[in-house]
Amino acid sequence: MALLELHSLSKSFAGPNGEVRAVEGMTLSVEPGEFVAVRGPSGCGKTTLLLAAGGLLAPDSGEVRVAGENPYQLSAEQRARFRAEHIGFVFQQFYLVPYLNVLDNILVPALASASTDCRERAGQLASQFGLNDRLHHVPSQLSTGERQRTALARALLNRPKLVLADEPTGNLDGDNARAVLTALADFARAGGAVLLVTHDPLAAEHAVRSVEMKKNKS
Amino acid sequence: MNLARLVFRELRYRRLNFLLGVLSVAVAVACLTAALAVLRKHDLRTDQIIAAKETATREQMATLTDDYRKLTLKMGFNVLILPKDQNLSDLYADDFATKYMPEEYATRLAKSRVATINHVLPSLQQKTNWPERARTVLLMGVRGEVYIQSKKQKPLLETVAPQTMILGYELANSLKLKAGDKTKLMGHEFSVAKINPERGNKDDITIWINLPEAQEMLGKKGLINGILALDCTCDTVDRLGLIRTEIAKILPDTQIIEFASQAIARAEARTRAGAEAEESIRREKEGRAKLRSEREALAAMLVPVVMLGSAVWIGFLALANVRERRAEIGILRALGLRSRQVLLIFLGKAVVLGLVGAALGYVAGRLIGAAWRETPGAPPIEMALIEPRMLLTVLVAAPVLAALASWLPAMVAAQQDPADVLREE
Repeated sequence: MALLELHSLSKSFAGPNGEVRAVEGMTLSVEPGEFVAVRGPSGCGKTTLLLAAGGLLAPDSGEVRVAGENPYQLSAEQRARFRAEHIGFVFQQFYLVPYLNVLDNILVPALASASTDCRERAGQLASQFGLNDRLHHVPSQLSTGERQRTALARALLNRPKLVLADEPTGNLDGDNARAVLTALADFARAGGAVLLVTHDPLAAEHAVRSVEMKKNKS
Repeated sequence: MNLARLVFRELRYRRLNFLLGVLSVAVAVACLTAALAVLRKHDLRTDQIIAAKETATREQMATLTDDYRKLTLKMGFNVLILPKDQNLSDLYADDFATKYMPEEYATRLAKSRVATINHVLPSLQQKTNWPERARTVLLMGVRGEVYIQSKKQKPLLETVAPQTMILGYELANSLKLKAGDKTKLMGHEFSVAKINPERGNKDDITIWINLPEAQEMLGKKGLINGILALDCTCDTVDRLGLIRTEIAKILPDTQIIEFASQAIARAEARTRAGAEAEESIRREKEGRAKLRSEREALAAMLVPVVMLGSAVWIGFLALANVRERRAEIGILRALGLRSRQVLLIFLGKAVVLGLVGAALGYVAGRLIGAAWRETPGAPPIEMALIEPRMLLTVLVAAPVLAALASWLPAMVAAQQDPADVLREE
């Protein structure tokens, strides 16, 4: 069974010059152990697709299924819990909490889950991503690469089945970008599913499958 | 990791926002606490003033009572000795006694070495016509003083010489008589020796003449109808009883009544002083109550305004905080935090802010209250810095009010759609 299924997904927004069709009729599935890249130019609706897949943005039409369940059939509270348990997010801007140190940032998803081994798991992830000596530093004291690795560790804390990554290498240099993409590939190899949206062809090279998205017309 | 840790980390990170909020709560709580402390001090000062006045009044009254006791012991008072069969109702109705007793009673009394009397004044008094002047007058025959042999005092009343008269003011005035004038009374020739000053009583229509002449003119030879015993003294509380007992032994056919005396006036003065003191206390209480109600009205206007201002300020600070933390809220929601948890993060912050502000404001308010001088120069009023009930009330109320003021911004945060933030960012 596919971990992520998108079927005829469409999403429009009201723009200053009328309706903007961000995503139109998108169908896609990602199997466990699969690293799929969605490529396309800026403004083609990649982020909208990712948010819809992550249960954060209800589509106008079509269907989303994560681990066999349609998150939009759940209540807002249930959907939040569903996200916490099944989905990890990685963003280009990292979105680390500025006043929490690395360890606490990695532990933020623990606020939404009932798991008991969070601190242990956070330590493992920090070690895995080379953050051991930065655990008590706040984001402003980290390099961009360290920030993204912290965000990646945070995304993996609750052992999600699916990781959704939105331009995770957009702000990184080559070495750090490679490290992040390798980590995502490792996660997929370990049985997880990764959906990466990017406009960078090099980033897409780490994926086992690549899907092209074209810019929709308004 | 828990929400409290998140709240405290954020408080440390955004210190200015936190300090401004704390300051706002502290000002409101200080204002309330100081107002209550000032009112409390006012009450304590009122109690102090009233207690001092009451003590002073008590002391004054005790002094007056003591003085009264001493005065009445030392000071003489007057009694009138009347024939035993004299009806007192008639006496009061006619202004003179209608029964008679021997003039010798006065001499007997004076000779008896009576201890409780200093002066003995026998008199014969009767309402009669002054045929020559067609007037009704009170004719009083006086003998002057009958000296008590054991005492060497000065005479209290001057003697009226034979063939002279002393006239009351009204009589002399209406009859145009003056000292030195000659006039006839019931066929006898008299010279006016003196005109008494106006007294506003029956004395103004009285003619005083020598007792033997009066006895002759009224046909009461050797008789009198009253002995005025003046300046009576005795060392017991029941002075009248003692005098009555002593005189009854000497003059068994008489009765004794008390005349209004200085002692009564003293007692009345004392009562008046007491009433005035009470009135003064009542006026003080009234003044203090008025001042309190003015202070209360000011506090009732000022405190809610400051509290409302503080609440609005906290609301604005919370709203600014929500806007500043938009991305953070978005990612927290994306990572699975429920809207209730986001709400708790903001309300938790408001509660902490309220608690710290309340504690600081309470101490500041009490210090202001302690420094407040009710009246310049008045003795300081000691007041405990910590009043547990009041402290507990502000420690509960301020966080609740701060949370209420932050409620709308917290709701905005909780309802924020993470997709909006993540798409826009």
